[in-house]
Amino acid sequence: MCLAVPGRVVSVTERDGTTMADVDFGGLRKEVCLEYIPDVKVDEYVIVHVGFAIQRLDEQSAQETLANFDRLGILEEEFGDGFEIAARQAGAEG
Amino acid sequence: MRYLDEFSDPDLAGKLVDQIHAVTTQPWAMMEVCGGQTHSIIRHGIDQLLPEGVEMIHGPGCPVCVTPLEIIDKALAIAEQPGVIFCSFGDMLRVPGSGKDLFSIKSAGGDVRVVYSPLDALTLARENPDKQVVFFGIGFETTAPANAMTVYQAKRLGIENFSLLVSHVLVPPAVAAIMESPTCRVQAFLAAGHVCSVMGTAEYPPLAERYGVPIVVTGFEPLDILEGIRRTVIQLEEGRHELENAYPRAVVAEGNPAAMAMLRDVFEVTDRTWRGIGMIPESGWRLSERYARFDAEERFSVTDIHTDESALCRSGEVLQGLIKPHECAAFGKECTPRNPLGATMVSSEGACAAYFTYRRLELVES
Ligand code: SF4
Repeated sequence: MCLAVPGRVVSVTERDGTTMADVDFGGLRKEVCLEYIPDVKVDEYVIVHVGFAIQRLDEQSAQETLANFDRLGILEEEFGDGFEIAARQAGAEG
Repeated sequence: MRYLDEFSDPDLAGKLVDQIHAVTTQPWAMMEVCGGQTHSIIRHGIDQLLPEGVEMIHGPGCPVCVTPLEIIDKALAIAEQPGVIFCSFGDMLRVPGSGKDLFSIKSAGGDVRVVYSPLDALTLARENPDKQVVFFGIGFETTAPANAMTVYQAKRLGIENFSLLVSHVLVPPAVAAIMESPTCRVQAFLAAGHVCSVMGTAEYPPLAERYGVPIVVTGFEPLDILEGIRRTVIQLEEGRHELENAYPRAVVAEGNPAAMAMLRDVFEVTDRTWRGIGMIPESGWRLSERYARFDAEERFSVTDIHTDESALCRSGEVLQGLIKPHECAAFGKECTPRNPLGATMVSSEGACAAYFTYRRLELVES
């Protein structure tokens, strides 16, 4: 849960007076709160932690990190089904 | 032995390792604060690439691992109550309380849900006005802005059936506590990058000065960690003790001002007990007076639950870098990820679990 993952802002919307965005994480999309970096534009990259953008990131760094995370299976860990992952870990080695 | 081809850029990794070897003239012990860094170091065998005597001490930076048993027991007591939807990040499900864990409460019919973001819990509260929705708000400064915004929104939108069980902890007071300990062996810190993405770096120069330790803000990917170690060793060898930012692509000195303003509004500093370490003064956040009615501890009257830690588990010594996980007698025997005795074995960011997953064969069978 401590992870923060870079993603590309696909679209920005307003929901109940809160700035939200659709963010693409290497093909996977999530709704993300933009209130902490409100001036981000579509196609810019942000670092996202538990559904909140906490900083901007340049495109090249973001792409490299995403490729790295994908290779290490970290994206699946971050966005996969929490119960499935916990159950799998419980049933895994040991 | 590990191979550099596991790195995304083996050439660069090789150069960084060579430079670390070239500048090192004596043994050094440095602590990585963050659990994500611990995981990365063990997984990629980074500590095995370092010169003889340069030691990584795995710090208390896994939020799941330092959340006290008492708070877990309070979470379990709330989650068991009828009419409650208890929401948490996935990592908390299997953290053992005194008797049970959230996973077993779910199996027994409790309504425990894993959410990606605390805002998802707020949405659940709106969709279930007849239920009490509780979010388990743990974590360091990286996670706190998300929880702060969620409580702020609950108040703003009048979603009164939402509450937060808060156990937030702060990195700088923990750094101070580690340095104050009479058994302290730490000579330098790799500070947690994303904590500084939120909070900036202003809190660290006074600590570097007071304790005479280099503090290098470091990222989480293997190459970031090598770069952080390289800069730390150079400072140590040159006798400097400064704050350095080795993660500038994600950390600016002033942090995220909007997030910090929200944190100041929603939270106030409080003493916190760290699992395995004990009470550290002013080392956490609780809800401020203005948001007190969203405090789940008050709403569900669990403030009177008090629990002592198990005497068997040595995770406290692991968290302070006094022993390595495999030096605990229970490691890999009574204590495994399937049957964890302590929180450092539960979370994949915990030092014991990381050793078990990536080092088990080397350590137990040798
Ligand atoms: S191996 Fe298990 S019992 Fe030993 S310190 Fe780690 S978590 Fe505690």
